[in-house]
Amino acid sequence: PVLDLNYEHVQTPFEISLWVLLASLMKLGFHLIPRVSNIVPESCLLIVVGLLVGGLIRLAGEEVPPVMNAEVFFLCLLPPIILDAGYFLPIRPFMENLGTILMFAVVGTLWNAFFIGGLLFAVCQINPGYPLELHQLELLPCLLFGSIISAVDPVAVLAVFEEIHINELLHILVFGESLLNDAVTVVLYHLFEEYAGAGTVTVLDGFLGIMSFLVVALGGVLVGAIYGLLAAFTSRFTSHMRVIEPLFVFVYSYMAYLSAEMFHLSGIMALIACGAVMKPYVEANISHKSHTTIKYFLKMWSSVSETLIFIFLGVATVDGKHHSWNWVFVTATVILCLVARVMGVVGLTYIINKFRIVKLTTKDQFIIAYGGLRGAIAFSLGFLLDEVHFPKKDMFLTAIITVIFFTVFVQGMTIKPLVELLAVKKKQEAKRSINEEIHTQFLDHLLTGIEDICGHYGHHHWKDKLNRFNKKYVKRCLIAGDRCEEPQLIAFYHKMEMKQAIELVEKGGAKMPAIPSTVSMQNIQPKKAVPQERMLGQLSKGKEEEIRNILRTNLQRTRQRLHSYNRHTLVADPFEDGVILRKKNVMEKKVWILLNKTEIRNRQIFGFFFAYSMKPTADDVPTIHVDLASPQSPDSVNLVDELKKKSEPTSDADEGLVMRAPSQNRSEESDREQQKLMRCLSDPGPNADEDEDEPFLP
Amino acid sequence: MGALQSIPGHPEYSDLSDKTGFSFEQISVLHKRFKQLSHNEDTLHRDDLSAIPDLSCNPIRAQIIEAFFDQRNFSPSEEGTVEEIRFEEFLVVMSHFRPPRHSMSEEQRESVRKDKLRFLFNMHDTDNDGTITLQEYRHVVEELLSRSGALGKETAKSIADAAMLEVASISVGHMEPDEFYEGITFEHFLKLLSGFDIEHKMSIRFLNVDTTLCK
Repeated sequence: PVLDLNYEHVQTPFEISLWVLLASLMKLGFHLIPRVSNIVPESCLLIVVGLLVGGLIRLAGEEVPPVMNAEVFFLCLLPPIILDAGYFLPIRPFMENLGTILMFAVVGTLWNAFFIGGLLFAVCQINPGYPLELHQLELLPCLLFGSIISAVDPVAVLAVFEEIHINELLHILVFGESLLNDAVTVVLYHLFEEYAGAGTVTVLDGFLGIMSFLVVALGGVLVGAIYGLLAAFTSRFTSHMRVIEPLFVFVYSYMAYLSAEMFHLSGIMALIACGAVMKPYVEANISHKSHTTIKYFLKMWSSVSETLIFIFLGVATVDGKHHSWNWVFVTATVILCLVARVMGVVGLTYIINKFRIVKLTTKDQFIIAYGGLRGAIAFSLGFLLDEVHFPKKDMFLTAIITVIFFTVFVQGMTIKPLVELLAVKKKQEAKRSINEEIHTQFLDHLLTGIEDICGHYGHHHWKDKLNRFNKKYVKRCLIAGDRCEEPQLIAFYHKMEMKQAIELVEKGGAKMPAIPSTVSMQNIQPKKAVPQERMLGQLSKGKEEEIRNILRTNLQRTRQRLHSYNRHTLVADPFEDGVILRKKNVMEKKVWILLNKTEIRNRQIFGFFFAYSMKPTADDVPTIHVDLASPQSPDSVNLVDELKKKSEPTSDADEGLVMRAPSQNRSEESDREQQKLMRCLSDPGPNADEDEDEPFLP
Repeated sequence: MGALQSIPGHPEYSDLSDKTGFSFEQISVLHKRFKQLSHNEDTLHRDDLSAIPDLSCNPIRAQIIEAFFDQRNFSPSEEGTVEEIRFEEFLVVMSHFRPPRHSMSEEQRESVRKDKLRFLFNMHDTDNDGTITLQEYRHVVEELLSRSGALGKETAKSIADAAMLEVASISVGHMEPDEFYEGITFEHFLKLLSGFDIEHKMSIRFLNVDTTLCK
């Protein structure tokens, strides 16, 4: 037969791909209908889609595929989300609020679990005269149920909080809590499972429980940290194999997760620790492209995972065979969850505020309580329950799903208007300025100094000690080359410059100044005659000469050919345009290579290229005239400030690069040229990387 | 916080408490530390502070020590530096680092902010002329990067220049090419760090100051 159908051969991958495709198309679809996505958070829409799909499958008569089995969830769907969260965790606010977060995560979850479990048991025991199936429910299963349902879910929190753009403090509090309570959940879950099997609980078991908690939590963190350090160390040697750098990040993190899960430690904490530990070192070692790759892959995977999780939740709900509705139990659960959460948050905040400098207001408390969403982790844990020991598993599952639906739909949908109503502080979009960075560092040192003078070994003292240890020993091992010496301020400054440079190139043709000011370097430099600094002061003389020679030869050649080119009058010949551009490209590439080779990022050279353009000269003196790019944008001035000289260009060849103040009349062609130049410059292209290994400077 | 219990034998504490806002316990703990640092004398000198071993690896140590002897931090109208300070002045300088109370009104909070920013400003403005010039700012950045050797010096200049440019852009906006930006005045400084939440960042918990462990 010419054409044959063999579905079984590809069934599993085919179905997986179909689901992923469905998830992605749904995501696309929601953003095409802006009105709906403004009111309803994405997670709700996705669950509805899942319900529909499940319904369709059932209508078709097929059995609903058991897509939401715990293995798939815990091993494939959850790790990308957590890794994304851990790698991009804002470390500073997290550490500053660590005490608060731990209190909420540990004590809060414990409180929730026992409160809900205990009261549910009490509720089940009432009405002794009216025999209900509920009476069969013992204390331990109730407690176990309580522990499953009490944990705030990171996936749901992320999904909802992403859209409301709340201020950083609240975000990190709720989110941090959702991450760290995994340890508590794991311990309680395993403990109660064991006890339910064993039958009796003793004090020793309680003590063992606490020990177990410490082991699970700290062990998870330790495993994660070890893998993180390994990843950082590996990244030190990847300078020749840039292509597989992202792979190391992903594989080491996944291994950390799996190793932790293997020992029944907290996989989530391991993953967070791994991501957070390796990030500063890996970022210092990997190339810019790898960094972008990692960022986008993580975002992509976590986004798809999240979508799939919610859809599967919807599908699993429709799957009827695991449901057993019991009004009393379900409503009691929902109400108790809410009450326990509110009481827990209020009580804990009262205690916590005694130790905090920035107190948590009532508004904050409300948002924290309201943001305690439950999600798919609870459902999967419920799914994992053993039917033999927990005959009420179906009822549990129904209750869990109801709570999840309630929190995600009701709380998820209303939190945005509530945030607006209560005028909670939103996230500040302001860019970090160099001044703030300087002052953050300055304050750190100042406060450490004051603490030392006071004789107080506080926060800042230990943080400072850790930083110094990090700098002295750890960075030296884990960061390649001389990047390990680079202090944070300089690194920040370079990053900022890069960003500004890229922005400038992108906006180059648009003439939209970011800061509406015409302040330039001239205004700041003291009026007294400062001896003209050498513009290329940072490069060694030999390299300077090289650059100058290259530039000169290229420019001279082209200039000789286009002797009559006058950008004010002539329409540029497209062929010659191309020639100029090609020459420029070649030259740019060479100097890009130079830049990459020298570890010193000389921004003067960098700046030079934004300003480069052809200028006709009457005389044949080989001077290089450089103009400013777009006169209106002060960002360009920022970059070329050191090169700027007052008014007249000197004709001294040894002067090197000479700058002129922006001329007022620029013709269209030069602008176009500028734009082309900018566009070429913004991406040196794939060849640039290959050229990196070419010995450029003899 | 806490009730004002009078500690027998130190009636002057109540004046200090009113002036600086510290509680009696905090004042007595700091007094113990003061006596430790000054070797039981009544006044503190620069050398006493320089002798603190933990302070030696701090890059801005010189400025911190200077701040204690800067009269502008004792009261707003004075100027110049002194060679030695008494406990009262020590306490006044320390009071700049008290966290704001939860129950403060908006104006009180604003004045606390200004106070702390004034302290920072005085630390940068070493020649007392009311503005932070480019040179002074460069000095600040250089000190911060003082541990990086030669690489630090050059980049420090660039960083300071970029920062100055930013301040000028934010504060003044439009400047003709031949105008000259004198330096950061206190108002510009306030504007610059307006989003910085300084009243919480620049605070030390004086609650648990325990001097028995440290040298």
